[in-house]
Amino acid sequence: MLNYIIRRAGYALVTLLFVAIVGFLIIELPPGSYLDFRLRELRTLGGDYSVDMIKALEQRYGVNDPVHVKFWKWFSNFVQGDFGWSFQYERDVGELLSARIGYTLMFTLTSLIVSWVISITVGVYSATHRYTLPDYAITLFQFIGLSVPGFLLALVLMIFAQRTLGMEVGGLFSSRFREAPWSWPKFVDLLGHLWIPIIVIGASGTAWLSRVMRGNLLDVLNMQYVQTARSKGLQERKVIWKHAVRNALHPLVMVFGMSFPAIISGETVISIVLNLPTAGPLFINALLQQDMYLAVTFLMFLAVLLVVGNLVADIVLAWLDPRIQFE
Amino acid sequence: MTEETITPVPAAVAAEEPASDVGELSQWQLIWLRFRRNRLAMGGMVILAIMYLVVIFAGFLSPNAHDTQNLDYIYGPPDPITFVGPNGKLGLRPYTFATTTVLNQATFKWDFEIDRNTRIPIQFFVRGDTYKILWWRANLHLMGIAPPDRLYVWGADSLGRDMFARTLVGGQVSMTVGLVGIALTIFLGSVLGTISGFFGGTIDDAMQRVIEVIQSFPTIPLWAALAAALPNVSESFTMLHRYFLITVILSLVNWTGLARQLRAKVMSYRQADFTSAALVAGASNARIIFVHMLPNAASHIIVVAALAIPGMILGETSLSFLGLGIQPPMVSWGALLRDSQQVSTVVQHPWLILPGIGVVITVLGFSVLGDGLRDAVDPYSI
Repeated sequence: MLNYIIRRAGYALVTLLFVAIVGFLIIELPPGSYLDFRLRELRTLGGDYSVDMIKALEQRYGVNDPVHVKFWKWFSNFVQGDFGWSFQYERDVGELLSARIGYTLMFTLTSLIVSWVISITVGVYSATHRYTLPDYAITLFQFIGLSVPGFLLALVLMIFAQRTLGMEVGGLFSSRFREAPWSWPKFVDLLGHLWIPIIVIGASGTAWLSRVMRGNLLDVLNMQYVQTARSKGLQERKVIWKHAVRNALHPLVMVFGMSFPAIISGETVISIVLNLPTAGPLFINALLQQDMYLAVTFLMFLAVLLVVGNLVADIVLAWLDPRIQFE
Repeated sequence: MTEETITPVPAAVAAEEPASDVGELSQWQLIWLRFRRNRLAMGGMVILAIMYLVVIFAGFLSPNAHDTQNLDYIYGPPDPITFVGPNGKLGLRPYTFATTTVLNQATFKWDFEIDRNTRIPIQFFVRGDTYKILWWRANLHLMGIAPPDRLYVWGADSLGRDMFARTLVGGQVSMTVGLVGIALTIFLGSVLGTISGFFGGTIDDAMQRVIEVIQSFPTIPLWAALAAALPNVSESFTMLHRYFLITVILSLVNWTGLARQLRAKVMSYRQADFTSAALVAGASNARIIFVHMLPNAASHIIVVAALAIPGMILGETSLSFLGLGIQPPMVSWGALLRDSQQVSTVVQHPWLILPGIGVVITVLGFSVLGDGLRDAVDPYSI
């Protein structure tokens, strides 16, 4: 097992190094970055102060250095936690992101947990009640959930909430609590605002995962050990949950690595519509303004999260199913 | 290639072949038979065919041209349509009601009011704005009302342009992005996947790492970051360039899935008897790949491709919605939905999200089609 973990971790490190190279390329891609813009601005300004600034900036970002030196400068700073300067907000990238990434994680992780709980329950139900009316209804919802883009679902729900329910949605707090200190009513208000984002962010993931769960369970229900369990006279509930579901969960752990990026992808766009203070809107705005250090730091953060998430999924899977270690 | 000549089947064996009235079906015929039995998938195919026809004939089907501005009808609501005539009887001729503008004394804005008493007959095959179908110029429209009035079945946008026409024309971009993108994906995925699976060793290892790196980014943020590097539309960088490069970006990320699946297929084919036979017969690597392996994998390639199209359409929609994909004056469903990014605007003018219907129907169509194909490709299972 230890051997397996070390080998997997080694792979993950190599992947991370390449991820960093891709990140660096993305910084270098846009023709006119904010840094160039700032340098040009300073040059036209002239004066001693500007010359010093230009020198400092060129030194920090390695503007005139060869590519590999430039990469190394960025990479070594990045690893040490210095992510660069956001020219758009005139603030440190790390500072800007750390204020928002907590919310991103809160929304994605809650949505992930909610969607797992729902998809396992729904998947088991529709597999055990195959070809009944509820199963067809669930299938219909699954297809719709997969084909409605998250931001559209968010828009429709917001229009519905505002026009028919007269609710003010979007954001995390109602306007009267926005500046207020933490209190019980404020917390209740927060909970009232959370359900729409969590439903919307989790929708397509839930649709997909419950579909996978249904398929897996249907395969497992045909196995002989399920038949054996039934013939021993076990209660159907025990047959399903103790014998079948446990064995149908493996592929679901395997797709965990895939469902997480999907949820984060959706969250980025949905946050813009729902006006959530997560890192998604900051990222998109940075891209539109070519504020590349901010954008790439967020992208790198997501990639690191995913690589580590995949590593964890691999290890959990190996622990659930020891055969995998020897493949 | 003398080695490849196959000895003719002895006559005795040939006689035992099934009689011709049993009939023989090729692999593809079997797939088609199975596919046809799947009503959901057939429905998806029919709906998609209709959708493609509709967006091709967008100019003819919509009452106005998609870029005709009407400053008297900014954010105008959809015109209601009734089959009840002026005499109060239900008939075959559709009518719409006249709209008047009223100054709202509270907000000091012009509000639209529908005059339920004045009916305007809707005419068929009327002449109106000029439009283009492929390379053809025409000005005949399926429906319309007598000028100077205009018919807006789905309302109008911030410049008084017909939302229905814009949705149909936007479909021309959104519904082809997936197809062009998938063509590139199939090309990249099958070439790289086959090489990786066939040659194995270092090439395979390197390829797998590359795929892992690409897959360790969440798709939409990575697409967005790549699209942000594209220059804005200008003289030298036309809308068509942008459209094409967006499809390239979409497939640059998307080929990895197909490559992985194809690699696994090719690896299993390497152990198959037909590959050994071809090798012994002296076939070259290229011949084994193109004549023996790829035709066997073709059905799987098609399935993976069909299942990947919805993701590409959704990708284009999201990118354009964020302002990083298709940009005005070109229209696509995502670019149209960008107008509804301001929630306060949409709540007042909910018809701005109608282009979303196109996205949902198309993606739904491709999803059930892909699902049906996946079930159909293995014709020997029951």
